[in-house]
Amino acid sequence: MKSAFVTVGTTSFDDLIESVVTNDSLRILKSLGYNRLVLQIGRGTVVPESFSSDSFTLDVYRYKDSLKEDLQQADLVISHAGAGSCLESLEKGKPLVVVVNEKLMNNHQFELAKQLHKEGHLFYCTCSTLPGLLQSMDLSTLKCYPPGQPEKFSAFLDKVVGLQK
Amino acid sequence: MVSLLILAAAAGAVVILLVVRLWAVLRPQHVVSRESLTLLIVAGSGGHTTEILRLVGSLSRAYSPRHYVIADSDVMSAKKIESLEHARTERDSAPEYCLHRIPRSREVRQSWFSSVFTTLHSMWFSFPLVYHIKPDLVLCNGPGTCVPICVSALFLGILGIKKVIIVYVESICRVETLSLSGKILLHLSDYFIVQWPALKEKYPKSVYLGRIV
Repeated sequence: MKSAFVTVGTTSFDDLIESVVTNDSLRILKSLGYNRLVLQIGRGTVVPESFSSDSFTLDVYRYKDSLKEDLQQADLVISHAGAGSCLESLEKGKPLVVVVNEKLMNNHQFELAKQLHKEGHLFYCTCSTLPGLLQSMDLSTLKCYPPGQPEKFSAFLDKVVGLQK
Repeated sequence: MVSLLILAAAAGAVVILLVVRLWAVLRPQHVVSRESLTLLIVAGSGGHTTEILRLVGSLSRAYSPRHYVIADSDVMSAKKIESLEHARTERDSAPEYCLHRIPRSREVRQSWFSSVFTTLHSMWFSFPLVYHIKPDLVLCNGPGTCVPICVSALFLGILGIKKVIIVYVESICRVETLSLSGKILLHLSDYFIVQWPALKEKYPKSVYLGRIV
């Protein structure tokens, strides 16, 4: 009983939503043992119909105040390359596949996906290479992600603004 | 002809004065010891808001009151801010924050050219807001929404009203290149924080503390 969670954060990423609900992609997900797919579509204009059958469930929604629950229940997260989405998934220790949106200006999000991939924390691809990656990836090779340290920021700021005693 | 020359000379004098004042505001200031400070936070929507709220969450009670500025089209940020502040209130005592909205400087994928006009439009709202709040510190991490706020904060200094410390934290998404807001504010901020070593190498002026979100 495995579940995959697709998230696009607060953005619109129709290409990703479209590629993930193609017959091909759904077939691949089923063959990998996933019988539930949850799509968080944000501002997207592509809105697949939710459905539930004996073998597979598709849930679709735009936003929730917190994605904690869906992330918690997911066995695989497929996300756009936004920092918030990536970090939240990695911090929950979830296997993460990042799909880079080639239509974004300068494609800056790609830098983060590339770096975190270099460090072994996630896989990344584009919409067109997603089915291929899903089939070939080995999630056991992914490394645990050490969380950031905001306390270093507060210590630095306290010092430079004159709050440090 | 003469009046044109006088006008040109006057304009030139004003520009020189502004440049001198800007230089005076931007040069390193000595640290003033204090007990608390008024903080203005620009929550730039989406992941920008997530990142900045993680940073704000790590700050002590001394950073109070906290003024959050969000784009008027941004609903999610308001919810996230309220959630953070609600959690803070249980830890500390009375909530000391408020939410302000300004027009967005630039929508995602908006052309550069029209962005100039929408940014000027945002300035019209930003300056009175910053003037009213007179923060000790502005904290932001992009995107475009923060530029008019920071420029307004600079103006408070240029006009001799108040020196505002401007801290810009480049998003964790930026590993090798700076965002447009980052490129602008690299030179206008007091502290420009990057989260990856490649950026520290490219921009020695920046501050590198490791990954902080």
